[in-house]
Amino acid sequence: MRSDRILLSHGSGGTMMRELIEDVFIARFNDEALLRMDDAASLEVPAGRIALTTDTYVVTPRFFPGGDIGKLAVAGTVNDVATAGAVPMFLTVGFVLEEGLMVEELIRILDSMVSVAAEAGVRIVTGDTKVVERGHGDGIYINTAGVGVVREGVDLSSSHCKPGDVVLLSGTLGDHGIAVMSVREGLSFGTDILSDAAPLNHLVGAVLDAAPDVRCFRDPTRGGLASCLNELAGASGVSMTVDENAVPVREQVRGACEMLGYDVYQVANEGKMVAIVPPEQADAALAAMRASRYGEEAAIIGQVTEGPAGRVYVQTTFGARRIMDMLVGEQLPRIC
Amino acid sequence: MADVQAAWRDPELAKHLVELIGKAADRPMKLMEVCGTHTVAIARFGLRAVMPENITLLSGPGCPVCVTANRDIDLAIEFSRVPGVVITTFGDMMKVPGSYSSLAREKSEGRDVRIVYSPLDAIKMAQNEPDKQVVFLGVGFETTVPIIAATIKQAAALGIENFSVQCVHKTVPGALEALVNDPDVHIDGFILPGHVSTIIGPEPYRFIAERYHVPGVVTGFEPVDVLQGVWMLAKQLQEGRAEVEIAYQRGVNADGNPTAKALIEEVFEPIDAEWRGIGVIPGTGLGIREAFSTWDAAKRFDVTPPEPRAIPGCQCGEVLRGAILPFQCRIFGKGCTPEHPIGPCMVSSEGSCAAYYRYTDYGR
Amino acid sequence: MCLAIPAKVVLMNEGGMAEVDIHGVTRTVSLSLTPDAEIGSWVLIHAGFSIQMVDEEFANESWELIKQIEWDDSDGTLEAASA
Repeated sequence: MRSDRILLSHGSGGTMMRELIEDVFIARFNDEALLRMDDAASLEVPAGRIALTTDTYVVTPRFFPGGDIGKLAVAGTVNDVATAGAVPMFLTVGFVLEEGLMVEELIRILDSMVSVAAEAGVRIVTGDTKVVERGHGDGIYINTAGVGVVREGVDLSSSHCKPGDVVLLSGTLGDHGIAVMSVREGLSFGTDILSDAAPLNHLVGAVLDAAPDVRCFRDPTRGGLASCLNELAGASGVSMTVDENAVPVREQVRGACEMLGYDVYQVANEGKMVAIVPPEQADAALAAMRASRYGEEAAIIGQVTEGPAGRVYVQTTFGARRIMDMLVGEQLPRIC
Repeated sequence: MADVQAAWRDPELAKHLVELIGKAADRPMKLMEVCGTHTVAIARFGLRAVMPENITLLSGPGCPVCVTANRDIDLAIEFSRVPGVVITTFGDMMKVPGSYSSLAREKSEGRDVRIVYSPLDAIKMAQNEPDKQVVFLGVGFETTVPIIAATIKQAAALGIENFSVQCVHKTVPGALEALVNDPDVHIDGFILPGHVSTIIGPEPYRFIAERYHVPGVVTGFEPVDVLQGVWMLAKQLQEGRAEVEIAYQRGVNADGNPTAKALIEEVFEPIDAEWRGIGVIPGTGLGIREAFSTWDAAKRFDVTPPEPRAIPGCQCGEVLRGAILPFQCRIFGKGCTPEHPIGPCMVSSEGSCAAYYRYTDYGR
Repeated sequence: MCLAIPAKVVLMNEGGMAEVDIHGVTRTVSLSLTPDAEIGSWVLIHAGFSIQMVDEEFANESWELIKQIEWDDSDGTLEAASA
């Protein structure tokens, strides 16, 4: 790869593109299906239901404390497949690169993706690259699709939550959103907070093993915990109450939210999972989460209750009750 | 200090204060808060629900974003349409509707409108982009005013020519007088804004107590702070007193912040201001003094905004005066929601309607 | 808009700017409205400025005072600073 920057010709389908794909992409991804360089990957898939998801990543800046757009892309896609109760197997990756992007940055992003994919145990099997003119495309956008096979006997749905069920959260809220905001231009503040972006398929698998009657999983990404719980409550036609004292939040995240006037329940997370569990399996589910990587600070944060459909309440630290409202508009644009 | 902060959320003390309020509220009492941050705190901590029957907490015109008149937003929009101008603003002003458009809408149509967290960011922008004219939309009460004054002085000291301020700032004490004189609203006591008072101290409110016999308590923002303020007001009313007291002692001195007050005095002078829903209240606006007129956007740019017009159906004015509660507005929750706001009270993060809608069961 | 939060000054920079700490998060603010602030001072910060100094000892005392309400019930012996 002779150029140190991405050029328009790298997306043209000619020899320069081949050079980019071979020297940069395939050299890193190193997957047997990819190496064949066919237009489509031909794969053995076990019998059963498949779970299929797609996502696009536009986070800015592309490198942030604790991660980068590549890490987000792989972890996020893996997590979406996992929330369906499926074992993630294969990922596709499509890149839109801006003319002028440093190849060295692209390599760092690809290395990130390889690392997360390896941890999650998924293969990146096919991809695509386009290059757009300078001034368009903001460096790099990544689109993915993820495929997995739904585990035998698993029937998860956001409409399955029942009054009496327990709400579990796998760890601290707000880390990703605050980490990204801390390096946004015009805002900078000093913090040690790192993005929590991480693949959670193993954690989800462990919870399913320990608590087979889990109603559903959902990851609180854009819109944070508030969007996540409001959607689940709405889909199931139930209410939920969260105990503010039980929700784990890092001190610095609290401080940053206070400083910026943000509601921590609306801040994006990229390495957290919410699970709704029948009460008799809650302790087992919690133990499984805590024993998993990324779930060490898991907690029971609330309950599903009778009440108006889609209503989520917060029992405040001081003892009164108020609504956990969903985000309207862009509190934190381009957060993932 | 972090522990002391947490202490002001102590549920036991809060409970006890609620009981004390109950004992002191021996007749119906309508207490108005005039600070957007109080509006949010009361809603967020669910304090209305724990008040005894006799206490009604009203929200007044405490959200400086909400009380910005249409004509002022229209003017900002006109500035944004001047080639080379960058409008810098606090985030909250973006979606507030003017007569025909909003800054967010203008931005989506290609005007250069950017959110800043501090006016110092706007100065930095002006230094970094010398080919642009950076205009800062100055909205806020006395908590924010000295900050803009300091920023204008810094621009002057650094000789930054491509920076100016559209000053829409307002002051609180004069608005209180207008409220007390409003025949539609009967206010028994004022929960006075904590951080405005950090700057101006308690003196400017004294005339409300002395001339109109309406008590006021300068109150902080944690749940215990608010309850303490309400309790002290209830006690005054029970005892037939009308004084200005400070509950928020850790944040407010008897003479406020003299450095800040001096800065305000140096850069600004009182002018008349139009408050949305209330009309013109004499002397409650701030104009940039002649000595600093170079940095006055209104003097720098020659634009003609359209005739302002009221927003059809919108009852924000009545909400801001405390004449109605948000859920009593005809379109609250029907047609006017945070997703599709009609008026500023629903748009602003400190607007009464937004607070009610977000944190309570009304309108759902 | 009245949102101001307590922070501790941890570093003085030039031009009247300083770094403050809020629960471990640091931010650069202007001290021009509180010229007496120094390292270790507690201040209230708002929109990139410190707007008031908070006397830590006094804040602790205020807290003790308000806790007394628990004991000094309805005869209102809490001494509010009648301004």
